[in-house]
Amino acid sequence: MITDGPDASRVVITGVGLTAPNGNTLAEFRRSLLEGKSGVQRFEVRYMGEVLAGICHFDPLRYQKKKEIRRGTRAGSIAIYCAREAVTDAGLELDSLDKARTGVYLGITEHGTVETENEIYEIKQFDYDVKYWSHHHNPRVVANNPAGEVTLNMGITGPHYTLGAACAGGNAGLIQGMQMLLLGDVDLALAGGVSESSGSFGIFAGFRSEGALASHPDPEKASRPFDRDRNGVVVAEGGCVYVLERLNDALKRGARIYGEVAGYAMNSDALDFIFPCAERQVECIKLALDRAGISPDGIDIINTHGTGTAEGDPVECRAIREVFGEHPHACMNNTKSFIGHAMGAAGALELAGNLPSFADCIVHPTINLDNPDPDCSLNTMVINKPKRIDKVDYILNNSFGMLGINSTVIVKRFQQQS
Amino acid sequence: MTEEQIRATILEIISGIIPDEDLSDLKGDIPIREQVELDSMDFLDIIMELRKRFGIEVPESEYTELATLDGSVSYLEPRMKTL
Repeated sequence: MITDGPDASRVVITGVGLTAPNGNTLAEFRRSLLEGKSGVQRFEVRYMGEVLAGICHFDPLRYQKKKEIRRGTRAGSIAIYCAREAVTDAGLELDSLDKARTGVYLGITEHGTVETENEIYEIKQFDYDVKYWSHHHNPRVVANNPAGEVTLNMGITGPHYTLGAACAGGNAGLIQGMQMLLLGDVDLALAGGVSESSGSFGIFAGFRSEGALASHPDPEKASRPFDRDRNGVVVAEGGCVYVLERLNDALKRGARIYGEVAGYAMNSDALDFIFPCAERQVECIKLALDRAGISPDGIDIINTHGTGTAEGDPVECRAIREVFGEHPHACMNNTKSFIGHAMGAAGALELAGNLPSFADCIVHPTINLDNPDPDCSLNTMVINKPKRIDKVDYILNNSFGMLGINSTVIVKRFQQQS
Repeated sequence: MTEEQIRATILEIISGIIPDEDLSDLKGDIPIREQVELDSMDFLDIIMELRKRFGIEVPESEYTELATLDGSVSYLEPRMKTL
């Protein structure tokens, strides 16, 4: 069991930096989740016209020069904003970080799509003459770009890379950061996930071609996982970066501790490009529970992955029912119902929105769940209004992605042992 | 374009490429890169802007002609006077 080990082999979250379509700090995001405030809006996309999307409204100039923004990518800007906010939130000064012992590990669903589409659009005006193709293209589209931009901006000289993990990316980044701390590769990990997917017409068009792009006359009601009237995914951008430290380091500097990473798991369906697999999801969740050394009844909150697709939502519900039973102890919620699907950021962002529950014992709801689909029945789903519960000791976060990639992270309330 | 218009156009292009820099005191006879933060990728942006806006091709062997603002105006004047 991970949390039984010595303090140097336990990893805690000591800082959170995020941008979501409904909040640019954890406090704002949490308030929106408790007040039922959506972040989905109408959005113009090249070639497609108006679609619905979750768009972030942070100020990139807070941490970047105009030139950095012009030269870099939206994912880079999101990553920089989140990383800088996380460091500040952790009570750390950028100048006093040991830059060589800091690592940046960011999950992504994809990267380079937005930039490539932009360049093709640009050279179309020159009859596709490639001498007009930008010299900025390659540094913008290399897969490590978002994490690399963080190191350039912050002067971090430790390792950086991204983890391409589809919509499990946010959890994958968090898990990687934890593992690198446990290996002793770094002393501080900036880990999480980012998404700039709303900048790509291809992602919207791809979902539409699959028959899985959400539409609704009221944008704020379009993202409705588990509801009978759900009709697909609302694409969103966003980011969430955690400061992770080994427990002994966090205690030594008197850091505020949001929670301890108690369990994690990733596995693969090995079944289909798109469709998920309940059996493998069950195995993933169980492995995370085993590593955390707890039974299903030990979990107090389950943040579901549900994206609002016809096929995906019932599969996850079946997996959860199989592990936790028809009448589980855990309350459940879904963050995508507020902000849409933030892709590579989703896992990290959705976990963050639940972390304050350790302190306030309030579970944020799933909104837009007006007519629960019987195929998606989860008896302890918190619907449309927040719910106060007696205690929150463990939060479980599911994130699954295309090509059959599954991830589960379990975070435990931190209690100082006397 | 007159020389003054060419100078203003070059400054406008540079300003878009390095928007954080103050170009109001840029000396015409001193290399631009000694006066403001302008790296090789930024310089390639200038070349690209000249290509996109005016169809002007600057061969790599002649990049040094654009080192100063005065040099840029002299180099571009024959290519831009008919624009």
